[in-house]
Amino acid sequence: MTTSYIGESVKRLEDARLLTGQALFVDDVHLPKMLEVAFLRSSYAHARIRKIDVSEALKKTGVVAVYTAQNLGDYWQAGPLLVSPPPIKRLTFHKKTQVILAKDKVRYVGEPIAAVVAENRYIAEDALNDIIVDFEPLPAVVDLEKALLPDAALIHEDLPSNLAAHVIQEKGNYFAIKDQADLIIKRDFSYDHGAAVAMENRAIVADWDSKGQQMTVWDTTQAPIPIMNGLAGMLGLSENQVRVIAPFLGGAFGPKIMMFYSEEMLIPWISKQLGRPIKWIEDRQENFLATTHERGQTHHAEMALTKEGKILGIHDVFLHDTGAYDPYGLTVPINSQCTLLGPYDVKNYYSEFSVIFTNKMIVTPYRGAGRPQGVFVMERLLDLAAKELHLTPSEIRSRNFILPEQFPYKNEIIYQDFAPLVYDSGNYAPAMEKALELIDYKKFVEEEQPKLRAEGKNIGIGVVSYVEGTGIGPYEGAKVTVGASGKVSVATGVGTQGQSHFTTFAQIVADVLKVNIHDVTLVTGDTFKMNWGCGTFASRGMVVAGNACYAAAMAVREKILKLASEILESSIENLELGDSKVCVKGMPEKKITLGELAVKANPLRGAVKPGTIPGLEAAAYFGPSTGATSNGVHAAIVEVNPKTLRVDILKYIVVHDCGKVINPMVVEGQIHGGVAQGIGNAYYEQLVYDKKGQLLTASLMDYLLPTSYDVPRKIITGHIETPSPLNPLGVKGTGEAGTIPAASLFVQAVENALDNPKLEIREVPMSPNRLFELLKES
Amino acid sequence: MKPAPFEYVVPKNLNDCLNFLYQHPENSKILAGGQSLIPTMNFRMAQPEYLIDINSLNELSYIRTDKTGGLQIGALSRHYQVESDTIIAQKAPLLHEVMPWIGHVQIRSRGTIGGSIVHSDPAAELPAVIVALNAKLKAKSKKKERWIPAEQFFTGLFATALEHNEMLVEIAIPPMPAHSGCSFQEYSRRKGDFALVGVACMIALDKNKLCEQVRLVYLGVGEGPVMASQSCQSLIGKQLTSDLLQQAAKIASQNDLTPPNDLHASCVYRRHLAEVLGHQALVQALEKAEKTF
Repeated sequence: MTTSYIGESVKRLEDARLLTGQALFVDDVHLPKMLEVAFLRSSYAHARIRKIDVSEALKKTGVVAVYTAQNLGDYWQAGPLLVSPPPIKRLTFHKKTQVILAKDKVRYVGEPIAAVVAENRYIAEDALNDIIVDFEPLPAVVDLEKALLPDAALIHEDLPSNLAAHVIQEKGNYFAIKDQADLIIKRDFSYDHGAAVAMENRAIVADWDSKGQQMTVWDTTQAPIPIMNGLAGMLGLSENQVRVIAPFLGGAFGPKIMMFYSEEMLIPWISKQLGRPIKWIEDRQENFLATTHERGQTHHAEMALTKEGKILGIHDVFLHDTGAYDPYGLTVPINSQCTLLGPYDVKNYYSEFSVIFTNKMIVTPYRGAGRPQGVFVMERLLDLAAKELHLTPSEIRSRNFILPEQFPYKNEIIYQDFAPLVYDSGNYAPAMEKALELIDYKKFVEEEQPKLRAEGKNIGIGVVSYVEGTGIGPYEGAKVTVGASGKVSVATGVGTQGQSHFTTFAQIVADVLKVNIHDVTLVTGDTFKMNWGCGTFASRGMVVAGNACYAAAMAVREKILKLASEILESSIENLELGDSKVCVKGMPEKKITLGELAVKANPLRGAVKPGTIPGLEAAAYFGPSTGATSNGVHAAIVEVNPKTLRVDILKYIVVHDCGKVINPMVVEGQIHGGVAQGIGNAYYEQLVYDKKGQLLTASLMDYLLPTSYDVPRKIITGHIETPSPLNPLGVKGTGEAGTIPAASLFVQAVENALDNPKLEIREVPMSPNRLFELLKES
Repeated sequence: MKPAPFEYVVPKNLNDCLNFLYQHPENSKILAGGQSLIPTMNFRMAQPEYLIDINSLNELSYIRTDKTGGLQIGALSRHYQVESDTIIAQKAPLLHEVMPWIGHVQIRSRGTIGGSIVHSDPAAELPAVIVALNAKLKAKSKKKERWIPAEQFFTGLFATALEHNEMLVEIAIPPMPAHSGCSFQEYSRRKGDFALVGVACMIALDKNKLCEQVRLVYLGVGEGPVMASQSCQSLIGKQLTSDLLQQAAKIASQNDLTPPNDLHASCVYRRHLAEVLGHQALVQALEKAEKTF
């Protein structure tokens, strides 16, 4: 009997390989005659390069070559603009993308200046000390608010200022309704930088085979196909001369997207120059300095409400830090702008942002991708309004939820996928009810909290809600093949970084073809197996690639039934598919196995009907008209030590609606990991730059990642299923659900715990030290 | 993050080690557990020419009592050995109590007591604890052997009284006074981190329950372990009332310490924590001392 897999907590098929060390990571690639690279990186945030002298480095035994911008010749270039600005009327955008190696100027600490190629990494690093760079230091632009002042140094001297972009989007008319408001809440908010800190750093191995005229690149990228296409163009090769393999990755979370990091452009080129395999493995220090990161916004926001707590409108003006370059366009600030609106019915919205160049590492999406900042502003405004109006956090939220009959709900402004922001479906009240029930809100507030307060304990509760725009286009593909053994192979173009693709995509294909899930194998991230697609990002793997797998499996199923009907001389309607075979209904002896059918579909002698396409194979593509909107509610109980201000999270609840759930265990895993990163953002992690643009937190000693001791042991999850009408599986993404509202929740619960009417937390992260300062001020 | 070139030396015995150190005093580093040294070398903040690996010198790994009832601990004893040793738990409960605060299990299985002490990290636990315990440290070179009181051993940021050709071979902890009690308190951002502020405390009472001796030693607030002398002075010879302990913690935080401002905590917040933790430590140490009657 073949069981149905969709909706079941099927154990991960990839774990056996991962846990027994049988999974390939980039650093596992060892090739004969391979050389290793170390980069000389800028120690200045902003400086002119007068001269670079590599002559001593070249003399070192074991050094094979040293490259600077000068000797890259025509190959020296700026990387591509990955996402063009969306079609928004009131929009200015100045494109400045990162270069392979800094030429006249360095713009952030960690910017690559020279690459040393040597017999091993030790020698390469030794030789870095022998390179002499004559810098002329320039004033660093670090502070967002000061970056646009007339006396600020110019990071890109051909631009009139450090303004990278300016965007205004409007819905309704905030200014017209402001006068009707019973209450206006106006505050400033800030959200500082944090890093993804994947367990595996970035890594690249490139191997140019001159006899085969073939470039193979192993890359820790989330998007191997765009990297293949881009590299082919840069290197002057055809696409089928370039094979990019993104094998198993130890986490990505956004910064390993199709960036075209300097190293990604350079390593393959060096391999072609030297005719030897080249390896570069990023170390942790480089990862902090030279892998993109996120957050970094300040908001000046205003909310107009009625006395019943109904939102009339919101006015928000914010600054977004893009770092030294803006290769990822406006994705992050537009996500902040759009996601701020959340699950609420907001009729009037004015949102204006300025994107600022600063002398810091480039900002690109990191799990949450701008959404946590927007959600923080909205949720804090609601918290402040609730206090004024004597409403509970859940009351003010519930009064503003979009109602089920309002879907599809049009927010009018343009989203990151260039389409107007429309929520496809949702049912928000049940998620709130379920969260309140799981955290036992009423009992806590009415019975437990007063008792604990009387005992001198500072225990507080919080509840927040959010939406997560997921599953954006343009498209993904999948190829499903039934082999002569009857086993099924699936190839997709998305890279895999821990999302359980090997399991969840197999669940879909096994259900369609009615085979045992252990007979389905998956290949991801190898451009020779699938060369059309985009990548793994924006919580889109299941929505876009999952539905492509479904479509390809359906096409193969059709082929199977058509061929079986010819062989078994029975109509398709009269056939039954199951247990890796097809039989005639009611006649189990009249059957043919999928393996036998695969052989018949690929004859070696005789003739086929004209027009026959061989094999039980199909490729299919899926591209949604627009993203699917997930939503959820997080609730928590925290305890604050009144003396040290240490915060402990005692209970954490996530109720999430990601439409149809393919594998509940995998969804929970995504949420748990997301919450861990959200808690990190809220309480522990901060990338601190000093006034000169030096990163003070460039090691895991100073950059505090939450450990297993610091993340709640038990995160209780509840699922609500409101299927998306935009894809056949009815799924929505869930990759960022855990992260997005965690900081908003954390500060609300901490405020509630401290019960100090003057305390207002309007910034993230909130360390005990900062909390101490705020309490002193209040 | 690869270390600069170095020569790796494995001495056969302690004499062999001291000989080598005597020949290359300026540019050698001793590798014990390596939990701080190896990262420092990988960051190229330390670039020794010779790395002397003493991990096979079993003669430096022991825990025993001396005739007076004091403890002798070989410098190469691993943290986990100190942590799980029943004699230490009995004779020097403060040392026993502090061990779980040092890093994580993995670090403690490799790191050594001697290594941690000579590294002299201002936020490390062991330096403060051995000062509180009035320990003595045996330094040995090819030519001489000498005892250095723990209080004089730590001379500054990552600096000690050891000469370049000397190595720490033993930590000696005197017997605890009859009516004494100890406490260790620490606040760090995450479990296993170096302290934002920590404090080790030992209180000894005379037979009339007056304060005979008190040692309140802070970590994370200076260039090394900081003895809160004025605070201790305010308690000597007195009946330790609740008010007096509260006041002593205040004196410690206000008069005895000048905590640094850094990424993780301001000077003001550290002072606040120093008062909170100092008070907790005094109260707990006193409770334990009183129980001995």
